[in-house]
Amino acid sequence: MLNDILKILENDAQTTPKQLAEMTGMSQSEVTKLIRQALKDRTILKYKAIINWDQVEDEQVWALIEVKLTPQKDVGFDSVAERIYRFAQTRTVYLVSGTYDLFVLVVGKSNHEIADFVSQKLSHIEGVKETVTQFVLKRYKEDGEIIEGKEEVKRQPVIL
Amino acid sequence: MVSESRHGGSKKRYRISKRANQLSPSGIRKFFDLLASIEGVISLGVGEPDYATPWHIIESAIESLEKGQTMYTSNSGMPELRQELARYLHGHYGLDYDPNTELLITVGVSEALDLAMRAIINPGDEVIMPDPHYVAYDSCVILAGGKVVTVPTYEDDNFEISAADIEMNLTGNTRAILIGYPANPTGAVMSREKTEELTDVARHHGVLVISDEIYAKLVYGVEHVCVAALPGMRENTVLLGGFSKAYAMTGWRIGYAAAPAEIIAAMTKIHQYTMMCAPTMAQVAALEALKSGEESAAEMVEDYNRRRLFMVKGLRDIGLPCFEPKGAFYAFPSIRITGMTSEDFAEALLTEEKVAAVPGSAFGECGEGYIRCCYATSMADIEEALARMKRFVSKHRKD
Repeated sequence: MLNDILKILENDAQTTPKQLAEMTGMSQSEVTKLIRQALKDRTILKYKAIINWDQVEDEQVWALIEVKLTPQKDVGFDSVAERIYRFAQTRTVYLVSGTYDLFVLVVGKSNHEIADFVSQKLSHIEGVKETVTQFVLKRYKEDGEIIEGKEEVKRQPVIL
Repeated sequence: MVSESRHGGSKKRYRISKRANQLSPSGIRKFFDLLASIEGVISLGVGEPDYATPWHIIESAIESLEKGQTMYTSNSGMPELRQELARYLHGHYGLDYDPNTELLITVGVSEALDLAMRAIINPGDEVIMPDPHYVAYDSCVILAGGKVVTVPTYEDDNFEISAADIEMNLTGNTRAILIGYPANPTGAVMSREKTEELTDVARHHGVLVISDEIYAKLVYGVEHVCVAALPGMRENTVLLGGFSKAYAMTGWRIGYAAAPAEIIAAMTKIHQYTMMCAPTMAQVAALEALKSGEESAAEMVEDYNRRRLFMVKGLRDIGLPCFEPKGAFYAFPSIRITGMTSEDFAEALLTEEKVAAVPGSAFGECGEGYIRCCYATSMADIEEALARMKRFVSKHRKD
């Protein structure tokens, strides 16, 4: 039941409890209760919009940063990750398998700002051994949404 | 687009065949002419998914084109596709069909239905079918030279066709029973019990069952009973299925028939002289759909179910009693509280509120008093359509 609600909300966070109730066959109060609980226990972290910033002048610069770490005694990678994700510039931080350890997505107002973040902040954190910064040139798809040229399915009037 | 030719208009310059003239022009055509001329219409009229085909299926067809796979296939369809289909039918229903002699790949279920009729009907043979039914059923029988015998079905019986009513309509000329459950236009699903009663009658009287199971995958919380999988029915059924609805592949025009070898051989003969084979790229796409489309199909079904619940509740809330459809993607509310005929209701709804729905009467006499609303459209559109219908119903209700 909760899963059903979460799936709908993940696709459209603006779906109202009334709509959710009708779509799932639950009562509105049941839905509201489940959502409240999900927000409380942080199953739902936040409701957000997916924005195409290229449409507005206030441009953003995105960078994907690969970070290699030296494991810290007793605490492993977690405490280093925490020292990184505390920075507001970091939008996404993952521990990954492969040739590096942390994947960090950073969003800033300019290349300069990101360069500063990497050289002044990130590289000085204890445990950070090496960073590789890749600037994003173009976003094609964001969180499941195609950014440009998404075509609406056009149906012809037919008789069936 | 809507075709311009509408049975020649007033001038009769060409001698059209009696058989073609015998077909009644679709009662819903004028709505769609009208629809094309109005801006901002929300259509609940079209019986097709609002999804594009899942990308992995499209991609497989593109790849086949790039590789130059553009020739004819065998008349009965690509061997790999028939083998995969045989596996599918075995896996889903425990049915074993020989891919070489008992399966035929067709240009949608529409062609399969036409072939089945032409393969088994002699002039004067009767085919029993429920009323209301999908608009092509009677035409296919008439084109094959047969006679249509309809058996009324009612909302009170969940629009299931009753075996007793069928039995009452059997004559020495009855050749087949043609059913399509989950049903268009009602969304009804036949229970196992009712289906068994029907197949008992069919077997007992040696009458074939033509079972159009195009909506087999679109059931909500109930099982779909495959007619051919019931005891003794493999030898007594022409099973028709397709990819259009479950895999959002309407435009590919690809379907199939599964039946005893003798029937498939006859159908294949007609198919080979009229179609040659189903389009090769569509067959490639169908193969991909069978191999790995299950997940995308399941996701769509889950989504349809949400819209189904939303639509049915919405219709009931605005005062239109609505039978609970357990399959396909149609709601079939009663509009009797307005005192209007289905056709008047649908036309007024379109002109006054710009919502297109199909009058139930287009599907047979028992559809009078209902309209068919397809909920395979966006939630936003369903919501807006319901709001407009609410205004319309409160203006026109007579109770």
